Amino acid sequence: METTTAQISTEWKLPSPRKVGMITLILTESTLFSIFVVAYVFYIGKSLNGPFPKDVLEIPWLASICLFGSSATIVMAEKALHRKNRAAFHGFWLATIALGAIFIIYTGIEWYHLIFHDNLTVSTNLFGSTFYALVGLHASHVIVGLILLSCVAISSLRGKLHEDHTEHVEMISWYWHFVDAIWIVVLLVVYILSVHAPLPPGVS
Amino acid sequence: MFHLVALEVRRSFRRFRGIASICIPALLFWASTAPVAAQQDTVPLRPIGNIFDPLSVPARAISDIGIFASLICLGIFIVVAGLLVFTVIKFRRKVGDDDAEPPQIYGSTQIELAWTVLPVLITVVLVLVTARTIAEIQNRKIPESALTIRVIGHQWWWEAHYPQYGFVTANEIHIPLSTKDRPVITELQLESADVIHSFWVPQLNGKTDVIPNRTNRMWLEPEQTGVYLGNCAEYCGTQHANMLLRVVVHDPAEFEKWVQSQQAPAMQVASAQKGRELFASLNCVNCHRIDGSIAEGVFGPDLTHLMTRRTIGAGVAANTPENLHQWVRDPQVLKVGCLMPNLQLLDNEVDEIVGYLQTLH
Amino acid sequence: MANVTIRIDKDLQDLPELNTPTARPGQEKGALTGWIQDLLFTVDHKKLGLMYICSGLFFFVVAGLMATAIRIQLAVPRNDFLDPDTFNRFFTMHGTAMVFYVGMPILLGAGNYLVPLMIGARDMAFPRLNAFGFWLFLFSGILLYSSYLVGPGLYAAGSAPDVGWFAYSPLTAKAFSRGSSTDFWTLSLLMTGIGSVATSLNIIVTIICMRCKGMTLMRMPLFVWILFVTAFLVVIAIPPLTACQVMLTLDRFLGAKFFDTQGGGDAVLWQHFFWIFGHPEVYILILPGFAMASEIIPVFSRKPIFGYPIMVAATVMIAFISLGVWAHHMFCVGMTSLGNTFFVLSTMLVAVPTGIKIFNWLGTMYGGKIRMELPMLFCIAFLFQFLIAGLTGIMLAVAPFDWQLSDSYFVVAHFHYVLIGGLLFTIFGGIYYWFPKATGRMMDKKLGLAHFWIFLVGFHVTFFPQHISGILGMPRRIFTYDAGRGWELWNMISSVGVLLQGIGILFFVVNILWSLWKGRKAGDDPWDAWTLEWATTSPPADYNFEKLPEVRSARPLWDAKHPEDPDWRFE
Repeated sequence: METTTAQISTEWKLPSPRKVGMITLILTESTLFSIFVVAYVFYIGKSLNGPFPKDVLEIPWLASICLFGSSATIVMAEKALHRKNRAAFHGFWLATIALGAIFIIYTGIEWYHLIFHDNLTVSTNLFGSTFYALVGLHASHVIVGLILLSCVAISSLRGKLHEDHTEHVEMISWYWHFVDAIWIVVLLVVYILSVHAPLPPGVS
Repeated sequence: MFHLVALEVRRSFRRFRGIASICIPALLFWASTAPVAAQQDTVPLRPIGNIFDPLSVPARAISDIGIFASLICLGIFIVVAGLLVFTVIKFRRKVGDDDAEPPQIYGSTQIELAWTVLPVLITVVLVLVTARTIAEIQNRKIPESALTIRVIGHQWWWEAHYPQYGFVTANEIHIPLSTKDRPVITELQLESADVIHSFWVPQLNGKTDVIPNRTNRMWLEPEQTGVYLGNCAEYCGTQHANMLLRVVVHDPAEFEKWVQSQQAPAMQVASAQKGRELFASLNCVNCHRIDGSIAEGVFGPDLTHLMTRRTIGAGVAANTPENLHQWVRDPQVLKVGCLMPNLQLLDNEVDEIVGYLQTLH
Repeated sequence: MANVTIRIDKDLQDLPELNTPTARPGQEKGALTGWIQDLLFTVDHKKLGLMYICSGLFFFVVAGLMATAIRIQLAVPRNDFLDPDTFNRFFTMHGTAMVFYVGMPILLGAGNYLVPLMIGARDMAFPRLNAFGFWLFLFSGILLYSSYLVGPGLYAAGSAPDVGWFAYSPLTAKAFSRGSSTDFWTLSLLMTGIGSVATSLNIIVTIICMRCKGMTLMRMPLFVWILFVTAFLVVIAIPPLTACQVMLTLDRFLGAKFFDTQGGGDAVLWQHFFWIFGHPEVYILILPGFAMASEIIPVFSRKPIFGYPIMVAATVMIAFISLGVWAHHMFCVGMTSLGNTFFVLSTMLVAVPTGIKIFNWLGTMYGGKIRMELPMLFCIAFLFQFLIAGLTGIMLAVAPFDWQLSDSYFVVAHFHYVLIGGLLFTIFGGIYYWFPKATGRMMDKKLGLAHFWIFLVGFHVTFFPQHISGILGMPRRIFTYDAGRGWELWNMISSVGVLLQGIGILFFVVNILWSLWKGRKAGDDPWDAWTLEWATTSPPADYNFEKLPEVRSARPLWDAKHPEDPDWRFE
């Protein structure tokens, strides 16, 4: 028995549950998004009546730059947290929230225009249904992300963010990167692919 | 190479088919499959849709591959179930056994390999044979001369257009027999007016779904005359069970006669004058069509030649005067939930309407 | 059994929360209120696991009674025991409940109860998430069944959903399904789907992050491995269902056009999305059955599982292939011949790893000393029935044959052989096997034998004839049929079988109650088994293990009982 005891490695390290949990969550969310993306792509050019994507959609450059930029600022914020530079952390973290907020406000304005100027609602045509579902699903994830970011910001400003919360912060940034990555897909599919797709036959 | 294997398997199987196609149905389905002579019909009624008793070319191809697959599966079953029974009997703990544990065997690569490769081979053969039959049935070239019927599924009845002959009927679809010297193919174009249905007459072909916004196609090439029964095979709501199908296969001369009877305008019998006027004044005309009258509705079955049909309500009841009376008085009694409402007619009105309907030969 | 010694790396003293006498709210109150409070607020994986299983068994009885009513209606032609709408609601609720409120909770419950015990952990990774998943499931079940109370009342079976468990569009559109019944279906599945994903995520994280010292992935019991793979399938396959339900809800409440065929929507898209969920779901249901069989068969054959790594590989293969076979449910929708052939190929491929599994179970039994205890009897019956189910599955995979058999009673027979003959029999086997662990008492063998034989006969009498009525052209989901089409005899036999099944279930219920009350004391390890759950007390304490174990092989208790011939020597 003695000889065998020695064989057992004394090192027994397992991954952190939070990380594995977040990866799994991202996996399941990805399949959810992929179904909505497939539905959107499947119905490109199949709406029976207008408005069509090319009539009403404009590529949201500003919002996209803000959202992608927020991925950079959140990385900076994390680095600052590791360096224990709280001031820098607060700055970058709040910048992330601000950029995310600009994105969501832009989406709000875009939707307002679509609904009240272009008369595109979820029940207008297939484009409306799939557009609002996909973009709305993404926007709801941005909102959840903003709430999580704000929670961290509030607790940090109140001095309640401690060393052992580093991993929590890291997880929120993973989630935020995921939301960003999804936006790349949405941007490509909704604002670029479908705008350039041919119209259904019989529609001018 | 695999293709050749599949061909060879099929060929040897064809030889075997004769015996198998008799034995298997006989073995399993001693329930009588013999056709019964239907009343007033020149063709026999074939009520039992035994898929191993095919009477049409595509159904026969399906039955063949079905028997082939069943036999393979039966073989596997006998071997594996035999092994299981043997193992359980041989290796069960017997009275008087000592408490010693049996030898601890953890596995064997060779054995594992063997029972991985074997199923792979069987799978390959089955896939190749299946692919052939799929192509044979699905990619069959339909000749220009084929009879085309547009079949439209409704909640809970079937509408059948004969565009080449210019008439419409419902629930009972008549097609010509195909013989060796005069093969006739019938192509069905399947459409739906509401939800998904499925067209299934087992002895003629497998089922094909009837889907809104799509036109699915299937072909029939019947080898025997008869009245074939079938069902809607996709759940479509309350009366899914009573969305029955009849396909009547005639020899070509009979079929021509039937076509002519359907092409004729609706009968105008003087004695039914009152009933005709009543019919025209009621809501009936909003849903039903009778050729040559103001009844132009499209939501219900065409009634121009109602009395040439054997059943009413998509097969829910025989087309008898009593059932017609019941149906006109309140269709919800015979077919609860059907989309035809109770028109709240008085007794004498029912009599007159039915009297009129009975003239529609 | 005798000198079970498990190595220690962590003392109880290291866990402060176990030394403080808080833990249980309401213990000082009356016994009943305390017990109820405990159930309501518990985050303990064992209690949640048992609550999952008990709720699952409750829904099983409800859905089983619906099936009984269905069989009474179909016993004779043109029967009027049920009116068509009630019949349609019953089969819809029967199917939905059996899949989502019986199969899923029982398997998640088994995973919840057993995974931490088998990997030597004190609880799941996220106990509160665990409770969240359970309560979502339970409330969604209540939501679904509450549909009966809305509308015209109980006699007319309320306005429960009547669109079938796969709810093909456009039958679910507002135009064809008025009222709110379909919304009950949609929303409750949305809820329970989220709950299942939460619990499965928890199972994945627990398995990856909570294993005790020495338990490498390839030393995990096969049960844990298979649950791991199943949980991944849930996490990947449930979101399509969730997406479906969101889209359908948008259609029904906001007039979206996803599945609105009048507005250009595609009816077949629903089928694709639904079966992308629905086929993996079949494996989600049957894999835990495999998991239980993979524990029970070795223990009662007194041999280790034959070809452990191959079994793991086969499980992963099955899960992987199952993601690419969905359209074999749709051979009749009019796909191209190429599409059909692809799905024939992928479906047939599943047969290979499944075959490997059956052979490996046989290989485990071969050369053993099989103890014919109740769990083993159920597993042997499972092997036999699952073999039939697998082979009829191959027949159905032959697309042209499926054009005949699809949506016929043959399919009904096939999947009941999978889900009852396969899954339910292993669940019963599992209950007989782990009941002593969970309660500390053995289940009665005589009652158990009566349950086994009566249920076995009843099962085959009910479902075997359905193969034949299907071959004779009987479509499924019809509330009645005409005499003279060759179906009467088979339907009558089938209905009689239900009576036998009911008697069998009655024996089971009596056995459970009697054994809880008067069952023989079980001890820690009544079956002389090898996995870690048998190394602790029966029932296990709140903290599972007094001292966290440490393992060196896939059969830690074998090593402890046979120091002269331990498994780890072969690693």
